[in-house]
Amino acid sequence: MTLSKDQQREAYRRMLSIRSFEQAAARQIDNGEIPGAVHSSIGQEAAIVGACMALRDTDYITGTHRSHGHPIGKGAKLPPLMAELMGRTTGICKGRGGSMHLADSSVGIIGESAIVGGGIPIATGAGLSAHVRGTDQVSLCFFGDGATNEGSFHESLNMAAIWKLPVIYFCENNLYAATTPLRSSHGQPDVAHRAAGYGMPGVIVDGQDLEAVHAATGAAVARARRGEGPTLIEAKTYRFDEHAIGLFLPSIYRSSEEVDRYKRERDPLALYRQALLAAGHGEAELAALEQSVSRQVDEAVEFARNSPHPDPAEVYEFMYSNPINYPRAERQSS
Amino acid sequence: MTSQRLSYLSAILEAQKEEMERDPSVIMMGEDIALYSATGVLGKLDNKRLWSTPISELGFTGMGVGAAMTGLRPIVDLTIASFAYLASDQIINQAAKVRYLTGGQARVPIVFRMSMWHNQANAAQHSDRPYPMFMNVPGLKIIAPSGARDMKGMLKAAIRDDDPVLVFEDNDLWMKSEDVPSDPDFLVPLGKAAVKREGRDVTIVSIAGCILHTLPAAEQLAGEGIEAEVIDLRSLAPLDTDSILASVAKTGRLVIVDYAHRTNSAAAEIAAIVAEEAFDALKAPIQRVTTPDVHIPFSPKLERPLYPNKDKVVAAVKKIIK
Ligand SMILES: Cc1ncc(C[n+]2csc(CCOP(=O)(O)OP(=O)(O)O)c2C)c(N)n1
Repeated sequence: MTLSKDQQREAYRRMLSIRSFEQAAARQIDNGEIPGAVHSSIGQEAAIVGACMALRDTDYITGTHRSHGHPIGKGAKLPPLMAELMGRTTGICKGRGGSMHLADSSVGIIGESAIVGGGIPIATGAGLSAHVRGTDQVSLCFFGDGATNEGSFHESLNMAAIWKLPVIYFCENNLYAATTPLRSSHGQPDVAHRAAGYGMPGVIVDGQDLEAVHAATGAAVARARRGEGPTLIEAKTYRFDEHAIGLFLPSIYRSSEEVDRYKRERDPLALYRQALLAAGHGEAELAALEQSVSRQVDEAVEFARNSPHPDPAEVYEFMYSNPINYPRAERQSS
Repeated sequence: MTSQRLSYLSAILEAQKEEMERDPSVIMMGEDIALYSATGVLGKLDNKRLWSTPISELGFTGMGVGAAMTGLRPIVDLTIASFAYLASDQIINQAAKVRYLTGGQARVPIVFRMSMWHNQANAAQHSDRPYPMFMNVPGLKIIAPSGARDMKGMLKAAIRDDDPVLVFEDNDLWMKSEDVPSDPDFLVPLGKAAVKREGRDVTIVSIAGCILHTLPAAEQLAGEGIEAEVIDLRSLAPLDTDSILASVAKTGRLVIVDYAHRTNSAAAEIAAIVAEEAFDALKAPIQRVTTPDVHIPFSPKLERPLYPNKDKVVAAVKKIIK
């Protein structure tokens, strides 16, 4: 194990926060408190947190439609995230983004894109910007296996490789793109092998093993900070819930045996809990952590419930940084 | 104020050069940027400021957006406007929306340049004038200057602006020269139309290179006793509705001259606004002079007659002034 005891506790806390936050979100979809649908990251917590904990606060990340785990993994506060899911003014995006766009710039998240593959060039540009400004920041880009078939993936990796940009391309390969299995959408099953075609390292890591992910990401981050360029990391992971809770897609695309086997044998939280006990953390310490996270999530839900809804008169706000008198706006709504 | 004679094309180069010298966060990216450094038109610049990209319109446009969100001010040169379609996901789904989606956390100070080539026998895939499509996207600022002076002042204003700005350059205007103030802080504000000629009988709203037809048309009409007021729109988003309405209130007649295809053109939107808000001021039906809804053909004999020209503008005016 490479993480210190404190870091291990923090990693476990972040994984628990994602799990517990997602479970709360699923309950609130059911009881009608969250509009729309939510894409949960349950099953993928080790990949997310292992990667984020290899970054500094000032490093950038971009994410995807499965957007709750990434800010939590990078250390964002829970109440504004929950308020966003419930469409409140106190939401991290003031009720303009919702479940698929939980960006929190205070922890370096510059955007979560619900357009599959859309964040990949953005992260690459953040890497370019760090390079031009001469900082040693890196930019880490989360995306799914589905996104690797978009042109934006190819174009971005090619440019990052040519210019040795400080970008980590991090694929959460959960084996499915919505209902499409990887085996029917990829010519060969390992996304990381594509890296060779661009001239960058490709690394496969067990995405259910937090410390393995952390080590692989840490190596890629160090390489990027040394000016040696991008790395493609593929974390083999698995999504336990449906593609989107509240969308009611039929689940015939994968067997319940497969899902059960992952939940039983490959649950990243259970695996890490065992590892922590083996590393000398006490049962009482972990139980206390679990309780405190569950209390924090309850508090986040309460905060969101007690927050006001946005005023419809403010719907034009946040379109522009520098609005030019936009006289049409009011006239249009009549 | 001292001034210099500049072509529309050199106004673009001067604006970029001055802004890059003034502000180290301005960078340029695009496919033929190497030309700029090779010819030295941008002076001595650190090579980290000029990114000559592979042919990857979607990718480098998105990289520009990411760079803009993290402290730079990129000028992304998409060269020909038809190529913006490949980049449109990043322009529309990212550049235009991220500020809103993040509740104001993001800032996207980026300029997208693209030129409209038409009347040059390039056929359908290189002859688009797609500004109306982008006018349908909230969150973008869009300009289409019609002369060197406005181009320099507005491009500089666009580079200094904190929002995404699309600059549509009309390649018919490239070689036209004008006197341009030399002051490096000479700016022309975005969002304001310009009255290029005053008149009392009819308002002619002109977009980009259409000025090459509307001003001569107004001259000819003046010879026949009809005084046209010519408004050069310059800014397409936000649209300077007030200037248009004020002019129509005075003249009571409106002709809109627009290089875009007719359906859902900028002209269509302006006509709708005037019909909604100044119907009572109108003495005659609004007229649109546009390009018909057909792909641009290769043969000059087929292509040329499609576009607005002086005779069409004159005819449209005469139709509503008997
Ligand atoms: C460009 C685009 N195409 C299709 C969709 C619909 N869609 C949303 S999520 C998704 C699956 C994405 O799969 P993957 O990239 O593997 O991410 P995962 O959902 O597994 O996290 C699809 C097809 C979309 N949002 N954007």
